[in-house]
Amino acid sequence: MRHTFLVASVVVLLSACGSDDPQQPPTRSDQLTRPVELVFGEDGRPDPSVLAPEQVLHRDNGEEPQTLDPHLAEGVPSAHILRDLFEGLTAESPEGRVIPGAAIRWNISRDGKVYTFYLRRDALWSNGDPVTAEDFVYSLRRSANPATASNYAQVLLPLNNAAEVLSGQLPLNKLGVTAMDEYTLQITLKDPTPYFLGLLNHSSTYPVHRTSVIQHGSSFSRPGNLVSNGAYTLKDWKVRSQIELAKNENYWDAANVIIGQVFYYPFEEQSTALKQFRAGNLQWTYEVPNNQFKWLQKHYPEELVISPWFGSYFFGFNLEREPFVENLDLRLALSMALDRDLLTDKVTQFGERPSYTLVPPGIRDFVSPKPEWADWSQLERSAEARRLYAAAGYDQDKPLRIEIRYNTGQNNKKMALAVASLWKQVLGVQATLFNEEWKVFLQNREQKVLTQVFRAGWISDYADPYSFLELFRTGHGRNDFGYSNTLYDSLLGEVASERIPSRRRRLMFETERVLLADMPFIPVYTYVTKRLVDPRLRGWQSNVMDHHYTKDMFLLKTAQEAASEEAAREKAAIEEALGEQAEGEEAADEGAVGEESTSEKSTSEKSTGGEATGEEAADEKVADEQAAEPVEETDTDGPST
Amino acid sequence: MLRHSLRRLLGLIPTLLMLITVAFFMMRVAPGGPFDSEKSLPPEIEANLNAKYHLDDPLLKQYFHYLGQVAVLDFGPSFQYKDWTVNELIAQGFPVSMTVGVLAMSLAFIVGTLLGIAAALRQNTRIDYSLMGVAMLGISIPNFVIAPILILVLAVYAGWLPAGGWDGGFASMVLPVLTLALPATAYIARLTRGSMIEVLHSNFIRTARAKGLPESVVIRRHALRPVLLPVISFMGPAMAGMISGSVVIERIFSIPGLGSYFVQGALNRDYTLVMGVVILYGVLIILLNFVVDLIYAWLNPKIRYDETS
Repeated sequence: MRHTFLVASVVVLLSACGSDDPQQPPTRSDQLTRPVELVFGEDGRPDPSVLAPEQVLHRDNGEEPQTLDPHLAEGVPSAHILRDLFEGLTAESPEGRVIPGAAIRWNISRDGKVYTFYLRRDALWSNGDPVTAEDFVYSLRRSANPATASNYAQVLLPLNNAAEVLSGQLPLNKLGVTAMDEYTLQITLKDPTPYFLGLLNHSSTYPVHRTSVIQHGSSFSRPGNLVSNGAYTLKDWKVRSQIELAKNENYWDAANVIIGQVFYYPFEEQSTALKQFRAGNLQWTYEVPNNQFKWLQKHYPEELVISPWFGSYFFGFNLEREPFVENLDLRLALSMALDRDLLTDKVTQFGERPSYTLVPPGIRDFVSPKPEWADWSQLERSAEARRLYAAAGYDQDKPLRIEIRYNTGQNNKKMALAVASLWKQVLGVQATLFNEEWKVFLQNREQKVLTQVFRAGWISDYADPYSFLELFRTGHGRNDFGYSNTLYDSLLGEVASERIPSRRRRLMFETERVLLADMPFIPVYTYVTKRLVDPRLRGWQSNVMDHHYTKDMFLLKTAQEAASEEAAREKAAIEEALGEQAEGEEAADEGAVGEESTSEKSTSEKSTGGEATGEEAADEKVADEQAAEPVEETDTDGPST
Repeated sequence: MLRHSLRRLLGLIPTLLMLITVAFFMMRVAPGGPFDSEKSLPPEIEANLNAKYHLDDPLLKQYFHYLGQVAVLDFGPSFQYKDWTVNELIAQGFPVSMTVGVLAMSLAFIVGTLLGIAAALRQNTRIDYSLMGVAMLGISIPNFVIAPILILVLAVYAGWLPAGGWDGGFASMVLPVLTLALPATAYIARLTRGSMIEVLHSNFIRTARAKGLPESVVIRRHALRPVLLPVISFMGPAMAGMISGSVVIERIFSIPGLGSYFVQGALNRDYTLVMGVVILYGVLIILLNFVVDLIYAWLNPKIRYDETS
């Protein structure tokens, strides 16, 4: 009797779980069904007849967001969700242009330092409160408040007195933001900052709802507590499982928001996301597995979306340590010896663009100054590299021995290996590879004691070349290169205070030219974003910042859905013809079956009524669509949830 | 027995204190801090952050502050998941890991012992060899290989089960439980087989058989208990490992359990989160070992923990 105890308890445990509802999400087999052609209505919005009946979006978000408090947020996963939840003074169009957000228009003073924003009078919080200038004053102060301890508050640094407020030297009310009246907000800046409007769609500048923040304190960003002013509201949050957003009916543009429900999933493993996508449970992945380009291109050519990102991958030199101190020839030699086309073709493989400059392409009107040798053939570059290498005092008998440091990651490892072997092949350099865990790597880079050549990368938070250029400023916190050039620093200073865009662009061009002539780093390639997107999902566009708002998106119905609707319509038409001979009750029965969507049910019932009695042409059409739709439904196109 | 149990439970305290101390200082010795990132922080912002999380206090002060918190079971706020406290994260993650772990262990125990007994009773036959061959495979193929194969076949091609994700429903549990149970099943099967063969050769079994008892009774009534002894002692620590979550399983199936917190927390220098899960794991190990000892005593009358009984 005793030894049956263990087994019995185990059985109880098993059966306890077995009694759970088997909620198996429907899968759509391996092939994604093709969408119908997109047709726009007269208002420029997609025609309702091409939209899928169920507008629910399932987005992979890479990992769990660190927080949904916009002022504490950092990292891409948080930013994606916050763009749906909140709306800053400005917003972005699908292609990434700055467009009016909570502010409908604004004036910029002549010296470029005073911005006056006129807020939308119809903008409401999700609880119905109006979004006022006072909300923005409160929020910007909260974001800059030392007690909030935001680690992205540097976005606010262009504001007047922001640095002093952040360090606690000045009280909060000295921050350069004032409410002129209920719907007019004035922001004063320290320097004219031409990209300032672009910063206003960063989460650090989002408004938060005053009364709920005060009431709930640090838990104001929980579901049930969070009051937001964006197109969506937070409905549910299961940590590391899913975050559910629902359409915000109080949003000023709610009439044009088509997707009614968004699910964000933190799939940390890219292959898991891929499998979910293949099973039809995701319409949007965060990334794709790095080593599967060929397979994806072959099997998912339409779904695979690759586009340039506003980020650069490069290697840095530690200029404070031999052999790179005052050794331009050697730095140039190492840079020229790298066949970037080979590296992007064979190592990264996803269509990354070879790069010879710091600032990636993709910013309107800005073209980086390419070094002269960028247009040479690789043979010529290698020959010149060998000449410079010899001029720096190295040769076969006395080769350069250096260490390449990189942080853990499949791609970084492959890249470092490829770079080392190219250097060995072209110049005979003896490179050793060092792999370090991320935080250790960052610390070593910063201390500049151990590093020689190290992997680096930069993806900008705002669409301006300055974000890249300032990395090399003397004393910048991430100047791990030890680069210091007074000409460069003074040019950067001029860029910061220049407000005429064309002159500013020329200055930035000149600044980057100075940098490239000194070669404190080796540009390698421009990052790309790579993901799988369901072809039914439209309304979004690739952009260099990789910002995508769910409110712009919508789902098309599949060709299969449309075909079965068409077939159903025909069938109904035949039944209609038969029905004319038969009694009216039968037609009414047919109609009652068709309750595909609850929102249209009332129309359906009304029209079946009409059919039974009057047989008016307009009513017939509606009735046909409604009545027979589910009858012809095939098993492959069940709506995905 | 009661006195023994009490003594064991009291012994938990110094062990845990040791664990907390070692883990606390090891975390702090690791280079880098929770707020280091590629985007460098202006000094004033870093100062604000350190002040908020008391990281600007002397280390010893932080240590005693932390001990004080742990004493009232408050593990503090998470550095990485800023909207949640470590207590809340554990409260959300532990039931998930526990469900998967307990189910996997139960499955492994039932299937493993049955297979092991079956193999032992047919020692050196084709059945024995094939069962043990499969078991060897189960032990040697890592779960990060088995899991994707299972997903591909059962979820992507057949479409019977979800490819990942967690809704608490039965369907989303099947694959992770199966993957987690496989190596343990194999291990238990091998343990059971070995132990069964040994027991079947012992004197008391010979006596039982000599009494003329049918073989099934010999196995069930006399052999089973001693056979389970090594299995139980394996299951204690293994159980602690399983119900505190497996990183690999959680990542591949995207399950919101505790396992990832060990790794993510350590990588992000999320001091409080790592401490929280380490303490939980420590408590689990100690408790489960204690339970194993109790079951041991119950299974084997030769073992008694104190003189009075």
